[in-house]
Amino acid sequence: MTDLLIARGRVIDPAQGIDKVTDLLLSGGKVHSLGRLSRPDPQNLPVLDASGCIVCPGLIDPHVHLREPGQEEKETIATGAAAAVNGGFTSICCMPNTQPAIDDNGRVDFVYHQAARAGLANVFPIGAVTKGRAGEALAEIGLMAAAGAVGFSDDGCAVASAAVMNKALAYIAMTGKALMQHCEDPQLGGGVMNAGSLATRLGLAGWPRVAEEIIIQRDILLNQRQNFAARYHIQHISSAGAVEMVRRARADLFGQNHITAEASPHHLLLTEESCAGYDTNYKMNPPLRARRDVDAILDGIRDGVITILATDHAPHTQEEKELEFAHAPFGIIGLDCALPLYIRALIEPGIIEWPTLVAMMTINPARLCDLKGKGTLAPGADGDVTIIDPHQGWGIDVDEFASKARNCPFHGWKVNGRALATIVGGQVKLLRDWERLKGYDGDPVPETAGELLALLSSEQRN
Amino acid sequence: MSERPAEYQWLHNHLLGLEELPVQDIRFLLQTAKGFEGISTRSVKKVPALRGKVVVNLFFEDSTRTRTSFQLAASRLSADVINFEAKVSSVSKGETLRDTARNIEAMGVDVIVCRHNLSGAVHQLARSVACSVVNAGDGQHEHPTQGLLDIYTVAKRYGREDYNLAGLTVAIVGDIAHSRVARSNIYGLLKLGAKVILVGPPTLLPSGFAELGCELSSDFDAVLPRVDVVNMLRIQFERIQGQVLPSLREYQHFFGLTRKRMRLARPDVLVMHPGPMNRGVEIDSGVADGPNSAILAQVANGLAVRMASLFLVTSSGRGELLEKGRGEEN
Repeated sequence: MTDLLIARGRVIDPAQGIDKVTDLLLSGGKVHSLGRLSRPDPQNLPVLDASGCIVCPGLIDPHVHLREPGQEEKETIATGAAAAVNGGFTSICCMPNTQPAIDDNGRVDFVYHQAARAGLANVFPIGAVTKGRAGEALAEIGLMAAAGAVGFSDDGCAVASAAVMNKALAYIAMTGKALMQHCEDPQLGGGVMNAGSLATRLGLAGWPRVAEEIIIQRDILLNQRQNFAARYHIQHISSAGAVEMVRRARADLFGQNHITAEASPHHLLLTEESCAGYDTNYKMNPPLRARRDVDAILDGIRDGVITILATDHAPHTQEEKELEFAHAPFGIIGLDCALPLYIRALIEPGIIEWPTLVAMMTINPARLCDLKGKGTLAPGADGDVTIIDPHQGWGIDVDEFASKARNCPFHGWKVNGRALATIVGGQVKLLRDWERLKGYDGDPVPETAGELLALLSSEQRN
Repeated sequence: MSERPAEYQWLHNHLLGLEELPVQDIRFLLQTAKGFEGISTRSVKKVPALRGKVVVNLFFEDSTRTRTSFQLAASRLSADVINFEAKVSSVSKGETLRDTARNIEAMGVDVIVCRHNLSGAVHQLARSVACSVVNAGDGQHEHPTQGLLDIYTVAKRYGREDYNLAGLTVAIVGDIAHSRVARSNIYGLLKLGAKVILVGPPTLLPSGFAELGCELSSDFDAVLPRVDVVNMLRIQFERIQGQVLPSLREYQHFFGLTRKRMRLARPDVLVMHPGPMNRGVEIDSGVADGPNSAILAQVANGLAVRMASLFLVTSSGRGELLEKGRGEEN
């Protein structure tokens, strides 16, 4: 399929300020043009009818965990990419907390290699800031950037030492990439749920808001003292106080260009009350917090303080999540079901409109990770497109996920909105409604997660 | 027991904590314990209430007294008792808590009495089995039978046969932060109408308890004259990470129940301790063994409370409740 006409959809491309019902022509894996075709050539051109749907740049998730190398029983790069396509994501950025950590250029190459073999979504590696993510010595940041690392993070841990962080900000600035910080002071944090009266009652160790805020405030200060040498990105923001700090730091244009923050679906929809039954699917890092924190994050999104959405897709095995609350690993998966959750949290209550949601899931993460040709439908951009049926009602069922993992507290939720089609580099990777595609005579395109996984080799799947 | 309304029915398949146990059920359990108290002083110390039932003591954490107390309670009710000490952590064996519980249940068990070093583990276990589960202490969360026996001891000493503790003030002193005994006492005492004052250094005194209605203080000398009961806790060094006290010497100076400090208390103050005691740290021997001490009475009362707990969770009405309980979980 070298050419494809996506017809009559509501095309939303925030990078170009476009929001109108029109046609989109992909050609040779790139965006050819936008606008009603004056002389369509239906004989030779496959046409995908997108009427009633949103057509936008392919969704980008700048924060996922794919567990390969080292923990392939949780997820592989291939199954993670399949989960991305199943959820409407065309590009994902994977964190380097693998075993071993992605902390040199050879491992960056490995991620690209495995992603190419899978042939589903674009997978971009984030390199470690420090060797082995140990927080002590800088990793080979320059070589990793040259090999294609799109950002740097020790995610899972903060770069805890102020001195190391100071050096990292200065050095990473050389690459033009962002430093993505997991904001948790390891000595103040480290608990298993939000610190407060509920944690006290449940007898669980608390992870207080201040452990997040103290790192953010420190890092903003360090970056200012260096005249904003680097771009600094706050991962999975969780506390009201942190939102306030980012708001102040982004008060001017300089701040807006150098300080960004992301929010995760669970921090928009769940509170610490969910932990009361000791269900480990509610154990997150940073933890679920209180209603006022959720409200502050929503306000931050409405006001443009938080500009990026990220799932923090964190696969774990069922055995691990069956452990005691204190011992079970942190995190939940998100790629397969994030889109309707953002709709639930942000569109349905009227916090933001569709163009803002699309920007937060396309051009904004593309700019964060400096992904050339991504995040827009401008002529010549990569042919990555997501077609969203914004009203389709469905029930989240973990057994219909493409991810290997099942650790998802949203199982059973009734939601609205779903990716109808996921198109990567001009290739339709997923299409849930074949009736809409005419004039196509290529290989069958998967309709479900199961069919997506069937494209992978058994080694990639298992 | 005869005073309760005819329609009353005990509806709990498990005893996991006092936070979730309604006040009428706490009272009913204590009344049931009173009915069992006499058995220990008979020449034949046994009733057939649980004949043919199997009780397993599943202890993931060392305990001599609690396990022995449950064992004796079960055998006085004529149950068969098995002790299962899971000394090796389930995590390191590669077996999950759920596997362990299901394995034991498959042997045909009626009640699992479980102690675990991690908060919530007993609740997670209860969700994965169909038999009854009694919490014998989970991490720093709850130890409901200890809370009940402490309350039973207070009520008995102050002649509150209706288990209404209004007008009584109880101080719980020491390592509140890491204490499951404190939590179960707090929930039970507040529900029964007592006033609760938590006393300790700020590093061991979580402010969250103020929201529940407790008074918090770090001035033991000011609190002591005001209270009817003082429940002394030990410092749980095994659960403490990092430094919470400058020294034991300093702790003992401000929070130890010494003979000298006892002069500040009312003459009839009731002194309790859940054990094991650190004599000379939180309590002086002269106080622990003195006339105000109810420490050995607590141990005796614990037997009656545990008999009542085992009896009630296996009592009639259970089948119906099991169905209901399962429905709610899905």
